Amino acid sequence: MQSNAALEYDYSVAKLFTYTTILFGFLGMLIGTLIAAQLAFPDLNYLLGEYGTFSRLRPLHTNIVIFGFTLSGVFATFYYSAQRVLKVSMAESKFIMFIGKLHFWLYFVGALIGVITLLLGYTQAKEYAQFEWPVDIAIVIVWVLWGVAMFALIGIRREKALYISMWYYIACFLGVAMLYLFNNMSVPTYFTSGGVGSIMHSVSMYSGTNDALVQWWYGHNAVAFGFTVPIVAMIYYFLPKESGQAVYSYKLSLLSFWGLMFVYLWAGSHHLLWSTVPDWMQTMGSVFSIVLILPSWGSAINMLLTMKGEWNQLTENPLIKFMVLASTFYMLSTLEGPIQAIKSVNAIAHFTDWIPGHVHDGVLGWVVFMIMAALFHMAPRMFKREIYSKKLLEAQFWLQTTAVVLYFTSMWIAGITQGMMWRAVDEYGNLMYSFIDTVTVLHPYYAIRALSGVMYLTGFLMFAYNMIKTMSSSRELTEEPQFRSPMA
Amino acid sequence: MDIRELQGYASFFMTILLVGVLYWYIIYLYRSEKKGEKDYEKLGNIALDDEIDSTPINTSDPVSDEKKERNK
Ligand code: HEM
Repeated sequence: MQSNAALEYDYSVAKLFTYTTILFGFLGMLIGTLIAAQLAFPDLNYLLGEYGTFSRLRPLHTNIVIFGFTLSGVFATFYYSAQRVLKVSMAESKFIMFIGKLHFWLYFVGALIGVITLLLGYTQAKEYAQFEWPVDIAIVIVWVLWGVAMFALIGIRREKALYISMWYYIACFLGVAMLYLFNNMSVPTYFTSGGVGSIMHSVSMYSGTNDALVQWWYGHNAVAFGFTVPIVAMIYYFLPKESGQAVYSYKLSLLSFWGLMFVYLWAGSHHLLWSTVPDWMQTMGSVFSIVLILPSWGSAINMLLTMKGEWNQLTENPLIKFMVLASTFYMLSTLEGPIQAIKSVNAIAHFTDWIPGHVHDGVLGWVVFMIMAALFHMAPRMFKREIYSKKLLEAQFWLQTTAVVLYFTSMWIAGITQGMMWRAVDEYGNLMYSFIDTVTVLHPYYAIRALSGVMYLTGFLMFAYNMIKTMSSSRELTEEPQFRSPMA
Repeated sequence: MDIRELQGYASFFMTILLVGVLYWYIIYLYRSEKKGEKDYEKLGNIALDDEIDSTPINTSDPVSDEKKERNK
């Protein structure tokens, strides 16, 4: 950059991560739709030999949407918004630019290796922690690079106060670092078996109940620090910026932040209710899950109140629609989760389809909606072009909202039916149904879910098309929009 | 007392302590604003006024802000 050129924010790294968000989002949801269809129509398991089976594809789905799509979205929005709230450009430091780019390329190569190894069947067999140790090491390096970029940027900031979004990004960084390291402690079986085992297959350093506890301390907090904290970071920046309204109560945002940090880490044992972990721990998991409603709703209500007096924007601006719906779904799933964590409810809900139902009203309604809205907000600023089509945006909104509703309602019905059938006994105390009876009853709901997958995926393709058109051929803007994103 | 029981007590008292800290934090937030030491709500503008050349909202301390103004 020429030294006399006016200083500008540098979005090159944010752009790169935007591309991978779209790529991995498409791949992950395509596989999600396929496995949803497989559950309804099992013959679809045999399309691609071993590589096309449900058991091979399910971890691929979860890992691509979590570590591919969501993390890309987190990085893209971070590299975009952190510069802005810190009022410092990445272009001001060659070092930060270098780290940012290295971060992206290592991430991308690591992600590809991750996808390939999972497809080949290398797995630690721990949920959301399936990657074998070489991929884990790559992930750790990528994560450290992100941290370096983050703190270097903070180090040279002009805005001394850290905006609330930055707190959430920092928490995401620290939280995931701690969780990931502890849960992925493992030893290749080669070393534990006197050379009989394999270098590429490792087993956890913990065993039995302890392993389960560490796993779900991790698993639940992966939701906390991957699907909640950085997405809250996004909404705290993008909703105020897009609407031109400062956050309703900054104090409430601080309080919810610390509340969330206190409470989340203790709730993980709700994944192990009625199992062999100590009873007090299960109770603690339940209690903390209920308390978790408060800080979660604290943020969500704060966002809704930010729109106070400006609700007309909801009808005029589709991006506001996306974000308001996202925070509403955040409220829904943070109420639903605590309900499922009550022991008596969990006795029915656990192992049933209600759980994926809960997961997806959170991720489809909250995570994906928020990430897409953020990228749409960023696009006109990064590419200096208006958003390609408002009509397409509106259509996408309604299609995907319908899809989410179909997904979770079908899974609610399926889950509760399943739970009730499993425990139903006749007058002599014999079980009334065998497993296959439930499968027969559930078939229509699985078919509905597969349909919702097709709809949601179509919506995502509309998003991708709109974004690509925005990048390449939309009308050019002469100056950066201040608040509302311009769209044709 | 075996280790399990100890863990149980430790968890219980830590919870009480952390809840105490959280309540203290609420009081702290409101009190420091009332006394005029801090202005948290102003920080919400960081997201709105985020051009690279806009003046930083900078400090959460209006008193020292005033001092700076006077010293100019
Ligand atoms: C087109 C959209 C999607 C469809 C059709 C879909 C479908 C599915 C299916 C069929 C399962 C397996 C459920 C089971 O084993 O019974 C699943 C699991 C899962 N999906 Fe998706 N998915 C989609 C998008 C997403 C997205 C965007 C995310 C995250 C950002 C996500 C996160 C997860 C997680 C965490 C699980 C594991 C749930 C559990 O273990 O209970 N999915 N998905």
